[in-house]
Amino acid sequence: MIPAAFDYERAESVDHAIELLGSDEEAKILAGGHSLLPLMKLRLAQPSKLVDISRVDGLSEISDEADAMVIGALTRHHDVANSDVLQANCPIVAHTAGEIGDPAVRHVGTIGGSVAHADPASDLPTVLLALGATMVVRGPGGASREVGAGDFFKGLFEPDLAPDEVLVQIRVPRHTGGWSYLKFHRRAQDWALVGVAALAANGSGPTVALTNMGDRPLRASAVEHALGAGADPATAAQLAAEGTSPPSDAFGSAEYRRELSKVLVQRALEQAMA
Amino acid sequence: MTRVAVTVNGEQREAEVEPRQLLVYFLREGLGLTGTNVGCDTSSCGSCTVHVDDEAVKSCTMLAVQADGRRVTTIEGMAAGGQLHPMQEAFRRNHGLQCGYCTPGMVMAATSYLEENASPSETEVRQALEGNLCRCTGYQNIVKAVLDAASPERVGRAIGDAVNGPEGGA
Ligand SMILES: Cc1cc2nc3c(=O)[nH]c(=O)nc-3n(C[C@H](O)[C@H](O)[C@H](O)COP(=O)(O)OP(=O)(O)OC[C@H]3O[C@@H](n4cnc5c(N)ncnc54)[C@H](O)[C@@H]3O)c2cc1C
Ligand code: FES
Ligand code: FES
Repeated sequence: MIPAAFDYERAESVDHAIELLGSDEEAKILAGGHSLLPLMKLRLAQPSKLVDISRVDGLSEISDEADAMVIGALTRHHDVANSDVLQANCPIVAHTAGEIGDPAVRHVGTIGGSVAHADPASDLPTVLLALGATMVVRGPGGASREVGAGDFFKGLFEPDLAPDEVLVQIRVPRHTGGWSYLKFHRRAQDWALVGVAALAANGSGPTVALTNMGDRPLRASAVEHALGAGADPATAAQLAAEGTSPPSDAFGSAEYRRELSKVLVQRALEQAMA
Repeated sequence: MTRVAVTVNGEQREAEVEPRQLLVYFLREGLGLTGTNVGCDTSSCGSCTVHVDDEAVKSCTMLAVQADGRRVTTIEGMAAGGQLHPMQEAFRRNHGLQCGYCTPGMVMAATSYLEENASPSETEVRQALEGNLCRCTGYQNIVKAVLDAASPERVGRAIGDAVNGPEGGA
């Protein structure tokens, strides 16, 4: 399968990318291409131009900035998974990056691409939602804005990004307390049928977020409230599917996913709170 | 058309390509390096695995323009001076292939992994190869081959002997 023809330009800087995007409404950013190229091969996406940002300097670093770990948008899953800074200060992010696809996918795919693609079946967005991460976005005229994960994922493949904006950084608060990310899949390299991120005592109380249980990553608010009111994990987990709208597909019905989410939330909470 | 310059198996290659040309077709059709196979064409099977700057990637899901200025190694670049690469040798010794279709991708994925982890456990080898499917389902001997290549003195000969008899099948 060969994608439809498109123009290709390589951006020298973030501002150059923004300028190139601004000159063509149908242009799209290319980072690793591991979500975009499969869609283009199936002609589910037909951008007129790809603006390749993969060679832009300064977007592939991970740094410890006291209040937050700052991850450049172009950091590959492989480097997130193997980052000493993240393993020490926010191990759930490193662990989850290592659960994505397979090693070859992780050598190419980027955290920024995963976030900007806003696929509700993706693993990292769920973890970033649970952590309360912040997305740093740059637009025309050098303007930057910050968006919390809770607002950034607006719907199915719908990030809070204008066509001429670039996601430059992801700021992740330090979290060294108990955590768990459980991903249930049938075959080793598959996407999650359902995934669960659980954090013990993050600020107010335990936090739980779900992968592939709706049109975006979702907080399991009913579970969190029950835990806050003193319920034990097994009881609280029964509320996992409240407020969700999971998809039905060849791998599992919505009903199956609802049941699965309860089991996984219980296990994730037990791990995180152990 | 866009000009690309890629170092393929140590040789500088330049060409005019359409931006939509996938790396695997650049290698196979542009350069005649047909050792890299296309199985699924959807980034699932790993038979198109090559190294870009020494790391395994799926060349059916990368554009040739993305490899511009970088170093690509294909299965053709593994043997040197008439000598098989130790991983190829281990696949041969352990009968790590049946029809051979998945083999170039398996060899490329496995060598990339050993660069990262020189003495993996069996479980780690299986996990490292999760993106590579073998339709002949010859996984047992593939895993043995990779363990053998990693440390022949530790497990290799014993496994080779058990599988192939004292002559090692070679
Ligand atoms: C075989 C396979 C298995 C996979 N399995 C999993 C899995 O189990 N779990 C999982 O979570 N993911 C999985 N993925 C997806 C993988 O994580 C992708 O790498 C990732 O989703 C996209 O990153 P990318 O850098 O390749 O982005 P691209 O494909 O280059 O871009 C994706 C989208 O984001 C936009 N974009 C990219 N970067 C930016 C930016 N900085 N600013 C603004 N917009 C941007 C692009 O325009 C495009 O619309 C898998 C992919 C493959 C091919
Ligand atoms: S042909 Fe590339 S992964 Fe199957
Ligand atoms: S040996 Fe036949 S596909 Fe693996």
